Amino acid sequence: MSGDLVFYGFALLTVLSGFFVVASRNVVHAAFSLLFTLFGVAGLYAQLGADFLAVTQTVVYIGGILVLVIFAVMMTRIPRGDAPRRGLDRAVPAAILALLVFALIYMVIVGTRWPERAAGAPEATVAEIGTGLMTTFVFPFEYASLVLLAAMVGAAILIRERAPADDAADADDAAGEGEVRS
Amino acid sequence: MTVGLEHYLTVSALLFGLGLYAVLTRRNAVALLMGVELILNAANLNFVAFARFVDGGVEGHIVAAFVIVLAAAEAAVALAIVLAMFRNFGTVNVDTVNRLKR
Repeated sequence: MSGDLVFYGFALLTVLSGFFVVASRNVVHAAFSLLFTLFGVAGLYAQLGADFLAVTQTVVYIGGILVLVIFAVMMTRIPRGDAPRRGLDRAVPAAILALLVFALIYMVIVGTRWPERAAGAPEATVAEIGTGLMTTFVFPFEYASLVLLAAMVGAAILIRERAPADDAADADDAAGEGEVRS
Repeated sequence: MTVGLEHYLTVSALLFGLGLYAVLTRRNAVALLMGVELILNAANLNFVAFARFVDGGVEGHIVAAFVIVLAAAEAAVALAIVLAMFRNFGTVNVDTVNRLKR
């Protein structure tokens, strides 16, 4: 079946590029591998009939988060020779733990009888998602906007450059407060 | 064998294992965040796969959309912290940055 081939193609793309994200020593290479991983996941969403999520994944993850990550990589360049080394002392236990967790999840996946329903043909989900967001999920929807606003303000405050004059003014303020209190 | 629920869950489990390994071994804070993104994507893939094969509705899709929203907020704040860290300590190595103040 051609649909199965498409699934295996996207699954292979996702897992292989995900492996490069983890294995690459160069952070820039890892960031670009992440692009293909996220794209592969978007393809899997499309295969599952989640058309809205496939587009959202492409726009938000690839267009937003990945650009942010690449900017962060470029702004935190470490001079050569100071590159963080990865010792085997940490890699081996971590690999064993990750493999054990994967084996556990895989055993659960294979061992459980999932109550699968007869898979119908996927249809457009955008209208249903919109209705759901405005009825059942309206509180989390509004709350998400609050979280985004808080994240935006928080990121802006964290990243703010402090000018020397600003520091002097703060020191004056602190001195003034001290006088008022004493 | 036709592609079913187990195939998607296996891909998701693989992604989760890779993300876990990245979070455990990476010392560069930005690369560590990439591992977190892998784990979030694995969880999202599970939500959508269960919505398709077990539930049949769109609730799983809506929860996955919320996860994407929170991942965006998390990435913005975390990368701002990483840049502040780089400005104050001159490194993004998470092993050497162990103080809240300079």
